[in-house]
Amino acid sequence: MSGFFKSSIGRKVSMALSAFFLMFFLIIHLAVNITSIFSEAVFNEMSHFMGTNPLVQFALQPVLIFGVVFHFVMGFVLEIRNKKAQGIAYAKNNGAANSTWMSRNMIYSGLVILAFIGLHFIDFWFPEINYKYIAGNPEEPTRYFHELQEKFVPIWRVAAYVLSFILLGLHLAHGFTSAFQSMGITAGRKKTLKTIGIAYSIIIPLGFIIVALFHHLNHH
Amino acid sequence: MALDSKVPEGPIKDKWTNYKDKINLVNPANKRLIDVIIVGTGLAGGSAAATLAELGYNVKAFCFQDSPRRAHSIAAQGGINAAKNYQGDGDSTYRLFYDTVKGGDYRSREANVYRLAEVSTSIIDQCVAQGVPFARDYGGLLDNRSFGGVLVSRTFYAKGQTGQQLLLGAYSAMNRQIGRGKIKMYNRHEMLDVVIVDGKARGIIARNLVTGEIERHSAHAVVLGTGGYGNAFYLSTYAMGSNVTAAWKAHKRGAFFANPCFTQIHPTCIPVSGDHQSKLTLMSESLRNDGRIWVPKHMEDVLAIREGKLKPTEIPEENRDYYLERRYPAFGNLVPRDVASRAAKERCDAGYGVNKTGEAVYLDFATAIERYGKEQAYVKGLDENDKALIKKLGKDIIKAKYGNLFQMYEKIVDQNPYETPMMIYPAAHYTMGGIWVDYNLMTTVPGLYAIGEANFSDHGANRLGASALMQGLADGYFVLPYTIGDYLSHDIRTGPIPTNSKEFDDAENQVKSNLDKLINNNGTHSVDYFHKKLGKIMWNKCGMARNAKELKEAISEIAELRAEFWKDVKVPGIANEYNEELAKAGRVADFLELGELFAKDALQREESAGGHFRDEYQTPEGEAMRRKEFQYVSAWEYKGEPKDAVLHKEALVYENIEVKERSYK
Amino acid sequence: MKLTLKIWRQKSANDKGNLVDYKVNDVSPDMSFLEMLDVLNQDLIDKNEEPIAFDHDCREGICGMCSMYINGRAHGPDRSITVCQLHMRSFKDGDTIYIEPWRAKAFPVIKDLIVDRSAFDRIQQAGGFISVNTSGNTQDANATLISKYAADTAMDAATCIGCGACVATCKNSSAMLFVGAKVSQYALLPQGQIEAAERVRNMVAQMDLEGFGNCTNTGACEVECPKGISLENIARMNRELMKANIN
Repeated sequence: MSGFFKSSIGRKVSMALSAFFLMFFLIIHLAVNITSIFSEAVFNEMSHFMGTNPLVQFALQPVLIFGVVFHFVMGFVLEIRNKKAQGIAYAKNNGAANSTWMSRNMIYSGLVILAFIGLHFIDFWFPEINYKYIAGNPEEPTRYFHELQEKFVPIWRVAAYVLSFILLGLHLAHGFTSAFQSMGITAGRKKTLKTIGIAYSIIIPLGFIIVALFHHLNHH
Repeated sequence: MALDSKVPEGPIKDKWTNYKDKINLVNPANKRLIDVIIVGTGLAGGSAAATLAELGYNVKAFCFQDSPRRAHSIAAQGGINAAKNYQGDGDSTYRLFYDTVKGGDYRSREANVYRLAEVSTSIIDQCVAQGVPFARDYGGLLDNRSFGGVLVSRTFYAKGQTGQQLLLGAYSAMNRQIGRGKIKMYNRHEMLDVVIVDGKARGIIARNLVTGEIERHSAHAVVLGTGGYGNAFYLSTYAMGSNVTAAWKAHKRGAFFANPCFTQIHPTCIPVSGDHQSKLTLMSESLRNDGRIWVPKHMEDVLAIREGKLKPTEIPEENRDYYLERRYPAFGNLVPRDVASRAAKERCDAGYGVNKTGEAVYLDFATAIERYGKEQAYVKGLDENDKALIKKLGKDIIKAKYGNLFQMYEKIVDQNPYETPMMIYPAAHYTMGGIWVDYNLMTTVPGLYAIGEANFSDHGANRLGASALMQGLADGYFVLPYTIGDYLSHDIRTGPIPTNSKEFDDAENQVKSNLDKLINNNGTHSVDYFHKKLGKIMWNKCGMARNAKELKEAISEIAELRAEFWKDVKVPGIANEYNEELAKAGRVADFLELGELFAKDALQREESAGGHFRDEYQTPEGEAMRRKEFQYVSAWEYKGEPKDAVLHKEALVYENIEVKERSYK
Repeated sequence: MKLTLKIWRQKSANDKGNLVDYKVNDVSPDMSFLEMLDVLNQDLIDKNEEPIAFDHDCREGICGMCSMYINGRAHGPDRSITVCQLHMRSFKDGDTIYIEPWRAKAFPVIKDLIVDRSAFDRIQQAGGFISVNTSGNTQDANATLISKYAADTAMDAATCIGCGACVATCKNSSAMLFVGAKVSQYALLPQGQIEAAERVRNMVAQMDLEGFGNCTNTGACEVECPKGISLENIARMNRELMKANIN
């Protein structure tokens, strides 16, 4: 089995598996964020649960971090290997004739998303870890909503969010069906998967963008 | 030297079985001590290489292409015959044998053909076991189609790519043995001579086409599966690289060349579009089931069409000449290949050709579209008088039957054959003649074998559709592995054949001096210039209809052209590199010799039989006239120049089949 | 028509190579692309220059020998055809046409437009077969029923001509469409299922060893494949390999 994950197809499968996990995580994350539009209380409650539940904090969070790190490290590894397999570049290459921009530029959309994750860590995750585990402040179950609102005040951050999520959408537009194809699940169900993939890659980023814009515009 | 066909005694049904029971075998340990060289990796060479390697021999296989999978067997479309009688329509080994001998116009060897029919069923079993995806019906059983005017459905097929699938099957079997180290594969290598030591074939001289290096390879036996020589016509349905060189070098080393004039000209090919043309594309024979062949009745219509002033669809029925229906009311458009080809040539020679080169006739589907359309309208209960509807329904049926062929035609000609008639013209397609072999498939040189299209044995003067694939695989999978074992059983103590002998030195030197001559000639004309000229002579004077006067002219013209070639050919580059022009030059040099022998053979055969039609020997109705005194195989012995070749005759005896006249009126 | 050609010239495997400009006049729209190159080559021979080396053989779209990257696309601008089936009517008077060899580490250039595709052969040798000897007494061809669906789907996969356009067009130089097609053909047939696990493991291992890249599912190969081999064959191969490693 270890040989399997060293093979080209094994690497594809591991990319797909980590992608599935991340795509599932995106749904959860968006679900929590969306509540901030409707109810401060619900958002605080859910954030408090996520922030303090030991299962989430000490089991799921490390898995998530591993998933993210694995996905981008493996993405880089594959990119480098693929570049090596290529040899001399064509003087003229018309990639647009046979494939989508998204599929050919996963590494770039991925890099933007990675940069966004960096920003996201600086904005939320590092302060959070500092607050809870380093400074050892007592938990305040109502602090989350205000922290969120404050972040979306500066226009540059909202712009960065919107741009990143557009690229996430493009990443997903190819990545969703690609992950299924890598797992060998497409045979005979190509059309349905494609439709679901497009819907997913629009709805998820759009949801995050709406949350950001909503708080930017509704800040008092 | 008297020709001995070595046909075993006994009733025809038992010959092969008895033969196999009595031959010498080589024990498995000893097979490891024996090397076999196989040149060519098409259906015959590929299947032979795989099978001999499975048996335990050390095989060295050679092909000039970059992979064995590219041999031109891959282009065969229609199917492969086998006497399985899965359809229960009365087929049997005897019927397949009978059809093949009759189709060959009684110029093939009975015992060989019977054996071919006998092993045909094993081919299908073997290919299915290898994973060849033959077409199946909804019950999961193998499907069959009918082919080439026979009375039963015995043709197995894989879409329109049967040759490809069978070849990939043989290639996969080869791959298995290459992986095991039992076949050593030499891609991009061309055999340039066979080496004879003490009267036996013991190796070859080959040129590595990438580096230009001349190599020596030795073995206990040499097998040629190098295909036919139809490229002597320059334009043909053969691959660009198909050539006679290996067979011709074998001929020069003592292998007799049999029936060179027996060539198949296929009637339904896409016509030549201009001087730049390099190759002709075949359209499956099956199109004649629904297409009607015609040319305009009046010369003014022909000229108007050529000038683009008139469209064929604008010519009314009464001004069209459906010449096959006119001449052969019983068979109409379904006459055999040779008859259909000659009739097209006759019309075009009379000036009625419909394209700018004057060498094309129409193959029209309008009648079929209307007939099918009406049928469909009736079945579906729709209006039978609605012209547009009828046309649409009819087109759908035609599309289902021939869609891929129509698409291919449109790609090449840029005309839509649903709307305007196709243009077709005959083209050289297969050579029934080849190296003479006995019942063991051994040539007149001991230890030198010829299989598949390269030999002459099974198709007589004309080959039936879907029989070429059958013969190639029969020879390679099921015949040669037995017969060669009998011969090799005497070589178990010989040990490896050294390549440092005088015979190898001589052969290599000859090859090298030949190449040097070509590369240093510094003439003024390219190889293609001569090849095209040869093709014109062959096509005009040794083509679909021949006569003594023109054949004599052809003989002297080819001899002159050959002399001019050696004086004036220009080959760029150097010998020690990838140099396609040099490879081509060597091949054309051999075609220039074969061409002359071809004409000589056609001249001596004063009869018409199958693909060989002599103007002087036809019935009052213009049909082929076979003559009893020519019921023999003409096998030519090399004596220097082609004109000095000596004729040997192998009499053909028919004990199991009655020799009859063919009539299609 | 008159055309400007930018053709990759490279003397040998070790030479660096570069694009060279050629002008061709009197190109007829009825010519095939290769016949247009024939005309150019005759011209070069007449001028005592070296003709352009390119692979070609059957010139009817089935042998898989011809292999050129024309104006940024494998086998040129038209779909579902090989270079030999491409006709000059697909171009306009005055066009500039780039002609390059297949590019991939695993397909080194031999000369000019000719590349070495023997990596494909070695992948097939690793497992692209069913282990059955020729005996003459194999079971009857109709003894095992095969559904029409399985036979037709296997046939669709088996139509691969091994030209390498999939690798050439892939931004990752991946050979998975080629390997997937062969794996699929056998996996779909009962005769091939017996050694399916070993076959897919061996063929994928050899594919990786040859230095082909990883598939990222761009789908370019499927679009450029002259025989329209489906991406589903890659999915099937992925499944087959997972299955082979789970069992």
